[in-house]
Amino acid sequence: MPSFTPGDDPGSSFPELLRRIGLTADAGAGGDTAADQLHLPHATTCVALKYVDGVVMAGDRRATAGNLISHRAMEKVVQADRHSAVAIAGAAGPAMEMVRMFQLQLEHYEKVEGKALSLEGKANQLSTMVRGNLPAALRGMVVVPIFAGYDVRRECGRLWDYDATGGRYEERDYVTTGSGSLHAGTVIKVGFEDDLTRDAAINLAARSLWEAADADSATGGPDALRGIYPVMVAIDADGLERIADDDLAVRYEAIASEVRDR
Amino acid sequence: MSQPFYVAPEQMMKDRADYARKGIARGRALVAVRYVDGIVIVAENASDTLRKVSEIYDRIAFAGVGKYNEFDQLRVAGVRAADIKGYQYSRDDVDARSLANSYAQMLGTIFTHEMKPMEVEILLAEVGLDPAGDQMFHLLYDGTVVDERDFAAIGGDAEGVRTRLAETWNDSLDLSAAITTGLAALSGPERDIPATELEVAALSRGNGRRCFERIPASQVADIID
Repeated sequence: MPSFTPGDDPGSSFPELLRRIGLTADAGAGGDTAADQLHLPHATTCVALKYVDGVVMAGDRRATAGNLISHRAMEKVVQADRHSAVAIAGAAGPAMEMVRMFQLQLEHYEKVEGKALSLEGKANQLSTMVRGNLPAALRGMVVVPIFAGYDVRRECGRLWDYDATGGRYEERDYVTTGSGSLHAGTVIKVGFEDDLTRDAAINLAARSLWEAADADSATGGPDALRGIYPVMVAIDADGLERIADDDLAVRYEAIASEVRDR
Repeated sequence: MSQPFYVAPEQMMKDRADYARKGIARGRALVAVRYVDGIVIVAENASDTLRKVSEIYDRIAFAGVGKYNEFDQLRVAGVRAADIKGYQYSRDDVDARSLANSYAQMLGTIFTHEMKPMEVEILLAEVGLDPAGDQMFHLLYDGTVVDERDFAAIGGDAEGVRTRLAETWNDSLDLSAAITTGLAALSGPERDIPATELEVAALSRGNGRRCFERIPASQVADIID
C-alpha cells in the first residue's frame, strides 16, 4: 500500500502518484523512428455541439493505418465521468491511453477529495495531459481531443478543443477535430442555431459525420451492413446518455433517402 | 549515563492496545448491514463534511471510526492502492480481501514500530455480483483482520450494537428495512438519533459500475420516520 510523508504526498493527482511509484510509461527518447514508419492506427472525425439543455458529441468508428482500415468499430467518444465526455482524434494508441488516464484521474480526484472536479478543472486537466504528449506529437503521434460536458455549477453545456501543445480553447457553439473536421464543421456551421433541441442537435451531428465520411477517406460512414453507427452521446443535467444504434439507424436511413431524392 | 527502564514486551503491547482501544471507544459506532441488493453502512456522524464512510473502488467501500486524520490517511492509501492495481491490471482484479491484507500489514507495522498505534478501526465492504459474493472485513488497530458475513459493527459499544443486530437481522431486508434495522441497533433502546446526525451510504448491485452511493439526509429522514 503506497504511503508518503506529509511533505511528499502526491495529493489527488493520479498521474503524479504513478510517477512516484515508478509506473509511468515514459514517452522517452524515440530515436529517429518517425511514427509514420510504425504504421500506427489513426482515429479520425469527432464533433461536439451545444443544444438548449446541454451538449451532443459524436465520432465516427473508423481507424486507419496508412491506406488500410485497421478498425471498423473503434469508440472515439468516451464517457469521462457522469457529466462529461472526451473524443479523440490522432494516433490511436497514445490517444486511448490518454483517455484512460483522464478517466482514472477524474475518478481518483473525486474519491480522494470527496468531490468531483469542476468542468473547467477537468478541461484544464486534459490540457496538461495533451501537453505531456508533446514529445510524442513531435515524432508524429499527435493526439487532439475535444472535451464537452454539462457544467452543473453554471447549468449549461460547455465545450473545448485543444491543439497538440495542450492549448485549450473554449468554443461557443460547436467544435470538431480530426481529418474530416473541415467537412463536418461546415455542416454544423451552416445548420447551427442557438436554440437547437436535443433531437435537432443529434440530427445535425449525424449529418455532419455523414458529409465528413462522404468527402474524407479516413472517416467511416454509417455501416448498415454490419450495424455499425457513429458513437453519439447527449449530456445534460441528468448525466450522459448514449444514443442507441436503433435510433441512429433510423436517422441515417432518413439522411440516405434525403440524399437519394436530391 | 541513564538507561531506559525495562518494560516487558507483554506490558508494552498491552499498554499500546489499551491506548488505542480507549481512543476508539470514545468515538461513535457505525454498522454495515447486508440487504438484498448489497450492503448499507449507517454511521453516527454529526459532521456533514468529515466523512466516515467513502468509496474506495467500483464495488468496495471504506468506513472508519476513531481518530479522523488517521483513518482518513488509511482511506486515501486504499483509494491509491486500488486505483493503481486497477490501472496496472484490470478493474476486475481489485478486491477487498487483498486490500484488507495490505491494511493489516500497515496497521500491524505501525502498532509495533511507531511511537503510538493508530486509534482506528476500519471496515472494508465489497459487494459481489450476487449476494453470495458480498464480503466484509473488520480491521483492528493492531492489524487483526476479522471477516464478517451479514453485518458488522465497529467503534464505541460495538459489542452491544452487534448483539442487537444479531437479534434483528434477517436475509430478506430491503434498503429501507436495512437502514432502520441498522439504526435501531446503533441507537439502542434508550436513544434516538436524528437523520441529521447519520451518515448513510450503500453499495448497491444495481448501481452500474460504481456501486457506491450516498443516501442524502432527506431520504434517510423519510425512511426512518
